[in-house]
Amino acid sequence: MNSPDTATTTSLLPGHSPITPGLVARMRKICGDEHVYTDADQLRTYESDGLLQYKSTPGAVVLPASTAEVRDVVRACADAAVPWVARGAGSGLSGGALPVAQGVLIALTRMRAVLEVDLPNQRIVVQPGVTNVEVSAAVGPTHFYPPDPSSQIVCSIGGNVAENSGGAHCFKYGFTTNYVTGVEVILADGEVVTLGGKELDHPGYDLLGTFVGSEGTLGICTEVTLRVIPVPEAIKTMVAFFDTTSEAAEAVSEIVSGGVIPGAIEMMDNLTIQAAEQAVGAGFPTDVGAALIIELDGSLAECEACFDDVVAICERNGSLSIRIAQDDADRAAIWRTRKAAFAAMGRLAPNYYVQDGVIPRTKLPEVLARIAELSDEYGLRVANVFHAGDGNLHPLVLYDGDAQAEDAEELAGRIVEACVDAGGSITGEHGVGVDKKRYMPRMFDELDLAAFQMLRCAFDPRGLANPGKVMPTPRLCGEVPGPYRRHPLERDGVAERF
Amino acid sequence: MARTGSNTDTVRSETPQTGSDAGRLLRACAHDGMAVRIVGAGTKPWGRPGADCGLCLDSAGLDAIVEHNAGDLTAVLQPGVSLRELDDTLLHAGQMLALDPPLGAGEAATIGGVLAAADSGPLRHRYGAPRDLVLGVTVALSDGTLAHAGGKVIKNVAGYDLAKLFTGSFGTLGMIVEVALRLHPRPRAQATAIGTTDDPGQLARVAGALAHSSLELQSLDVYWEAALGSVLARFGGSAAAEQADNARTLIESLGMQAATVSDDEPLWAAQRAGQRSLEGGAVVRVSGRPSQLDDVCVAAQVAGATLVGRAALGVSWIALPPAAPGELVTAIDRVRMVLAPSPCVVLDAPAYVRSHLDPWDQPEDSGLVLMRRVKARFDPTATCNPATFVGGI
Repeated sequence: MNSPDTATTTSLLPGHSPITPGLVARMRKICGDEHVYTDADQLRTYESDGLLQYKSTPGAVVLPASTAEVRDVVRACADAAVPWVARGAGSGLSGGALPVAQGVLIALTRMRAVLEVDLPNQRIVVQPGVTNVEVSAAVGPTHFYPPDPSSQIVCSIGGNVAENSGGAHCFKYGFTTNYVTGVEVILADGEVVTLGGKELDHPGYDLLGTFVGSEGTLGICTEVTLRVIPVPEAIKTMVAFFDTTSEAAEAVSEIVSGGVIPGAIEMMDNLTIQAAEQAVGAGFPTDVGAALIIELDGSLAECEACFDDVVAICERNGSLSIRIAQDDADRAAIWRTRKAAFAAMGRLAPNYYVQDGVIPRTKLPEVLARIAELSDEYGLRVANVFHAGDGNLHPLVLYDGDAQAEDAEELAGRIVEACVDAGGSITGEHGVGVDKKRYMPRMFDELDLAAFQMLRCAFDPRGLANPGKVMPTPRLCGEVPGPYRRHPLERDGVAERF
Repeated sequence: MARTGSNTDTVRSETPQTGSDAGRLLRACAHDGMAVRIVGAGTKPWGRPGADCGLCLDSAGLDAIVEHNAGDLTAVLQPGVSLRELDDTLLHAGQMLALDPPLGAGEAATIGGVLAAADSGPLRHRYGAPRDLVLGVTVALSDGTLAHAGGKVIKNVAGYDLAKLFTGSFGTLGMIVEVALRLHPRPRAQATAIGTTDDPGQLARVAGALAHSSLELQSLDVYWEAALGSVLARFGGSAAAEQADNARTLIESLGMQAATVSDDEPLWAAQRAGQRSLEGGAVVRVSGRPSQLDDVCVAAQVAGATLVGRAALGVSWIALPPAAPGELVTAIDRVRMVLAPSPCVVLDAPAYVRSHLDPWDQPEDSGLVLMRRVKARFDPTATCNPATFVGGI
């Protein structure tokens, strides 16, 4: 669906220039002819990311192979005032890597080296193009990297850093931002900055914390240091089936408030179960209202102590049956069913529109009821699959072709509004990108957005890095408000600046 | 946050009752070119002593627990809420804020001060630092603006993470006037395994083995004083005692004497206390790597200091005994030289020490340039806690 704001998102902002033959020549010199694409056929591959509703053709695609090449490309763009967008695997679901028309797309797919595995310090240093699963593979079998987006087989760490990606195991273990201890960043003026490192608590502002999740608007990371942790001693996985999602939601609340923090706790509603079961055939009953996947992990003693409690809570809240994974293959089948949910929707409808709202967990029954109402009102089916522990919903609005596209998008928007009205957020892990920026004013007023812009302007005053994303309307930075003023004490030599 | 040890004793003090009040006061001071010192309970007099301030902005009037959403395990607080008071409230719901820094004189430390200083305690091993528990903030800026970022749900990637930017900013960007935090269930039981040794190498090896084991630790600390050290592994949950026994077995298998302790709170109170100095002493926080723990122990011993370390995190606190300020400066310089390039930040220290060396140990690099640009955008008039932070920010 060509959203009306696609044009303003991808067209050049005041002060920005379109790509020139001179810039292309300079990039070819930096990266080699074969790593700069300008043919229409080559560019087409990059005109969308994982959110196919949006398309925009860049002026050129460049594939640098090193920090130095990225730096030189960014400097060349800065000299020519040409905006650029960084792209990892292109699996993002918010249009965050949508190119600027006539701008430069910098693809990090050639930077795929694992630079260092430092298990004694529980760190791994990687280039941004390394995929999420490759990280766990590199530190296994003794350690693992917890954030596990469903796209983990293809999605890259650079993209994970940009989006602050989550996943099923984040309720217990935290998000990407809790595992990045250092990044090397190229700012939009070509300056190389190192934020953090292998050590924690570097002095000064937590710019690392602001960079993670900044959706490529503050710079490009060319090296990432991640914390990894020992694999748990035991994992116990079960699926409890319920008549209704409300009952399942009650069980979730009771489990969590009772002091148990499961490694993962995921819910699928009836439509999702039908689709995923058709795709995977793991033996889930297709006539139930909800499936609740609960995974306990940690020490064997703690898992065993909690296991009976969890089973009892599910039964008390009306669970029809509970399937306990008997072995690794069984556990894998359960997770395959969950992770196939998005892809399997093709079996129910030709198109779907996915949302990523978050709500306080206690509002789950209320918001699900609202989604059902909206579904009836629009006459479109909505399948629900969500990270139940942290209240992150992925309603999938099913539709058929262009005729229903506009209605589907509107319905999806109203679901997001219901999440915000319940005290939640417009996005839990997919990012704002282009797709959700129109909802930003639902969460943030003008003053909030102005504060966001202060940060953006400190990093990239010319707005060349991924312009048109995150903020609801493009805005320019004012002049830096004067040089840092020397304090009178300093001037008098009483205090010295270090 | 920086009341003691700075030049605020005779300064006019205001205690705003609302965030908007705080914004108005900041804007008025910015307009008059007056520097403002933002303070909580004044239990952490850290950083450079800074400039004379015309106004002390005290969070004592902003002390409401705005929301405790027990079912969602979240809370919304004003900055003047004391951690002690909060803990008493959450106890009734079987919950906690998993943040246990030393609370200072009269256990007065406030959530605003703890966040501004990014302080933490032994629970950080499992639950993370303040940055990992903050869900959203509302801040008052020196142009009078009230801005909020983040939200109050535990998962949210909408907009820039200004909550992390303000956490650990020592009040130099503005005043935190409200904060949303993630809470955790209080563990059903707790138990600790403790091992002792006089060999820093063995201490580091055993701490490493615990950090890399599949035991699910709540806290993993070390302590070192005068050629004797201990490693403490704490567990929380239904099977805490059983896990502590397993840890004791592991420690003993590596040749160290060990015991388990069920009434273990005094042990951990002592660990927290070790993050602070005696009057007239100094504390250096070392951002190291777990693999260099033995070097840090030796550096502490040579300096005649005690050491508390979060073994798996690589963060340690070296507490130097009271000495003449000039001697403290020399001792700190020596610790820094030995442990370079690990950042060694001076926390507690007499004002003389904090003005005669850079407490932050922050090099002039491109990161500092960027930090100055951030400061210039958020507080262009340099109104908030000027000249106290890294690089004279």
